[in-house]
Amino acid sequence: MAAPGAAATDLEVVRGKRAALFFAAVVIVLGLPLWWKTTETYRAPLPYSQISGLNSLQLRLMVPVTVVFTQESVPLDDQEKLPFTVVHEREIPLKYKLKIKCRFQKAYRRALDHEEEALSLGSIQEAETMFAEPSEQAEGSLTVYVISEHSSLLPQDMMSYIGPKRMAVVRGIMHREAFNIIGRRVIQVAQAMSLTEDVLAAALADHLPEDKWSSDKRRPLKSSLGYEITFSLLNPDPKSHDVHWDIEGAVRRYVQPFLNALRAVGNFSVDSQILYYAVLGVNPRFDPASSSYYLAAHSLPHVINPVESRLGSSAASLYPVLNFLLYVPELAHSPLYIQDKDGAPVATNAFHSPRWGGIMVYNVDPKAYNGSELPVRVKVDMVRVMEVFLAQLRLLFGIAQPQLPPKCLFSGPKSEGIMSWELDRLLWARSVENLATATTTLTSLAQLLGKISNIVIKDDVASEVYRAVAAVQKAAEELASGHLASAFVASQEAVTSSERAFFDPSLLHLLYFPDDQKFAIYIPLFLPMAVPILLSLFKIFLETRKSWKKPEKID
Amino acid sequence: MAATAPLSLLVLLLLGPGVWGQTEPPRDSLREELVITPLPSGDVAATFQFRTRWDSELQREEGTDHSFLRYAVLPREVVCTENLTPWKKLLPCSSKAGLSVLLKADRLFHTSYHSQAVHIRPVCRDARCASISWELRQTLSVVFDAFVTGQGKQDWSLFRMFSRTLTEPCPLASESRVYVDVTNYSQDNETLEVYPPPLTTYQDVVLGTRKTYAVYDLLDTAVINNSRSLNLQLKWKRPPGNEAPPTPFLYAQRYVSGYGLHNGELSTLLYNTHPYRAFPVLLLDTVPWYLRLYVHTLTITSKGKENKPSYIHYQPAQDRMQPHLLEMLIQLPASSVTKVSIQFERALLKWTEYTPDPNHGFYVSPSVLSALVPSEVAAQPVDWEESPLFNTLFPASDSSSYFVRLYTEPLLVSLPTPDFSMPYNVICLTCTVVAVCYGSFYNLLTRTFQIEEPSKGGLARRLANLIRRARGVPPL
Repeated sequence: MAAPGAAATDLEVVRGKRAALFFAAVVIVLGLPLWWKTTETYRAPLPYSQISGLNSLQLRLMVPVTVVFTQESVPLDDQEKLPFTVVHEREIPLKYKLKIKCRFQKAYRRALDHEEEALSLGSIQEAETMFAEPSEQAEGSLTVYVISEHSSLLPQDMMSYIGPKRMAVVRGIMHREAFNIIGRRVIQVAQAMSLTEDVLAAALADHLPEDKWSSDKRRPLKSSLGYEITFSLLNPDPKSHDVHWDIEGAVRRYVQPFLNALRAVGNFSVDSQILYYAVLGVNPRFDPASSSYYLAAHSLPHVINPVESRLGSSAASLYPVLNFLLYVPELAHSPLYIQDKDGAPVATNAFHSPRWGGIMVYNVDPKAYNGSELPVRVKVDMVRVMEVFLAQLRLLFGIAQPQLPPKCLFSGPKSEGIMSWELDRLLWARSVENLATATTTLTSLAQLLGKISNIVIKDDVASEVYRAVAAVQKAAEELASGHLASAFVASQEAVTSSERAFFDPSLLHLLYFPDDQKFAIYIPLFLPMAVPILLSLFKIFLETRKSWKKPEKID
Repeated sequence: MAATAPLSLLVLLLLGPGVWGQTEPPRDSLREELVITPLPSGDVAATFQFRTRWDSELQREEGTDHSFLRYAVLPREVVCTENLTPWKKLLPCSSKAGLSVLLKADRLFHTSYHSQAVHIRPVCRDARCASISWELRQTLSVVFDAFVTGQGKQDWSLFRMFSRTLTEPCPLASESRVYVDVTNYSQDNETLEVYPPPLTTYQDVVLGTRKTYAVYDLLDTAVINNSRSLNLQLKWKRPPGNEAPPTPFLYAQRYVSGYGLHNGELSTLLYNTHPYRAFPVLLLDTVPWYLRLYVHTLTITSKGKENKPSYIHYQPAQDRMQPHLLEMLIQLPASSVTKVSIQFERALLKWTEYTPDPNHGFYVSPSVLSALVPSEVAAQPVDWEESPLFNTLFPASDSSSYFVRLYTEPLLVSLPTPDFSMPYNVICLTCTVVAVCYGSFYNLLTRTFQIEEPSKGGLARRLANLIRRARGVPPL
């Protein structure tokens, strides 16, 4: 072949090579990013780092305690040092990622004149009515009065007193270490009135490993924005019993004051119903000795299920439902008693099931059958019933009996059935629970969105997530500064926002192709394009390697 | 109305003053009744009614605030025994005692007609209507097919229909009765016999005609005590002929017409078969927004002439917000057919708004006809608390007419459905076209072209040489 022909061919080959390289460059630099960008799903940015930061959040629960010293409660030279502030902090050990620290900030001060006057009265009740006059204390705060060692305000053998409001009384001491000793007593009382390990453990029961706080611990109702309370009268035998109950009056008199006191915790709605022919799922055992029937403790779990399908209230509500059933046993099975584990009849003839509600068996007075023909008219004694149901309601909300320090006088709750500091304790527990729930929800949402890359994240979902994160942080701050009411509101907002983001229907759409399908659809374009480009690149690579090796051989 | 009309569960919450209820009823009072009507064809219709009343705190206010009135329809629901279970739960005696023991799902859903309803409304507690009770009325109507379930025999008994018999009244019921319609058979005892023989009969004017019923009161101890259970039996002495049932004075039909997927027409036919009396009818129509109604095409014709409605209320639809609402008061001339028709255009939906089976079509709710139909026989004004429940379902406003509300059949309209795989197809096709163009372009630009000398020898030449060698001729 002629040289000029060969030169022209070489030129052609080089041009072809350049064209192939240019094609490859355009496809890789321009085509692929363009395709990637146009087929991408919209994902609003989320605060991933902040969400993972929430997991290692340090919760400081601050309880502001005002300690008021009356005259003669501590030695005089100690009184000169007042006022000052002591902080007592301690970590609550829980097997949980949130580190919870409890901080009692004790502000010591001298008693004012009117307080002095009230505490010099004859009895604690009178003193309390004197204190009731001034304005309400903030939620979560406590006032402890230190009275003289020999004051007759308390009975001589009592060291301290816990009142129904956010107020307690402790005896002082004339001692060199007076402040230390009194400080310890104050902490004891304050712990009984606010935060203990038990309360927080019960609140976090869902988030803790099963083994430590197993089912024998009470599991209170989950925190929610509202609760629905249903009172049902079950009359399985309307042929023999004509049962009447004044539920409206009973709710107005006993339940409503309690719920009004709990208003801060959530919205409550109360309803009632009468169900006929609703039987328990278990046949009671006959005891010939007392000619009565018994429900054994182990069979109680089977009692609820057949009744539950008739209750029907849970279908209409978004909120958790608490059921309180009053069961009037049929004539053939009465009287009916509930046995505890040891076989002894339960005094209240009632039992409760955590997070579900309570059942009480109401036996008809056997004297009613004498002389009158069936059906017997039965009028339910609502005081007896409501006593049981209110006690169960307290248990279901996790308002436990407080663990009192030794030698402590304790006044029962007022007519509302709940003490102010018990409500505070509930709010503490609920705030912590809400924070834990919101954190868990946000974490799992972030994990889910991170794992599935083609879920569309809309702007409103992202803004809910941001709001939830901000609310969690705000709640933690408010808890640390001792503002319980606003902390609780913020924690509720955190839960609401996080759940709204988590359950947003737009996350479910998945309108866009999964990745493998996306690639499969573009195969008709990618395959014919990629094969020549790759082949020519491979060829160019081989040739250049050959041309590099050739000079070496010549050498 | 078609006998195969689907189950229409209808909750009518009418905030209006009730008209009846003179005496104060006991709290939570229950009345239950079962009406058995032998049809001329040999089939049997059974209608249950349960009425519960309870006091409410609601104070009656003067007038009705119309902004609180709501009307909603679910055009179709698949019938299933699960429709019955929640309905039965509303009954005080559940299905443990009284007439409700007969409610066995496998029998009730094995019928040729099934209609189930719940009505809730406030009723006056006294004549002054100062306070209000709530009334919950549950009705269930079924028609048993004579040949399918009776295996050729046409004798009926409660046991054969429901596979149960009645044993006791519901202890909560203040009234528990079974009525058997013996109107056509009471004159001559030749065709039908009811066993056990009724203790009492009851005569009333129902739907404008005089009817006679055999009454069995379950609260009456004599009815059940004989054999501990009541198994009502109907025996035909002469097999019933297949005569057509009498046509009612008012009935209606509805259909959708037109071709293609662009336009269509909704037509409602209203029949007035009364020989000499005209009466007005209130027609209420809700049409979903995706059928865009052309209101100017609304035509109403009776007997070939235009019929001008005396009242029209039209509320246009808003896309994805509210349906069209069309309400008209139309006078129906005597023995005539009135045709109400309106044209519509089918709208395109967003592709996520289509149901999983879009080619099945979309249901359009039935129209509702309310009318005061003239009756054949003058009815006496009755005390509503005393008369049976089935009577109060069609209340007579005065002696000459009775109130009827009819629901026409729901319609199935097909909407233009897009090809849901279209985006995929377009992408694949475009990719292929681009790839083909790209291939030749790439070839043109990257290949080097050179002239090559034709090579010596090919398959043909070798073949020729082989043959030549065989022939002994020198190769090419």
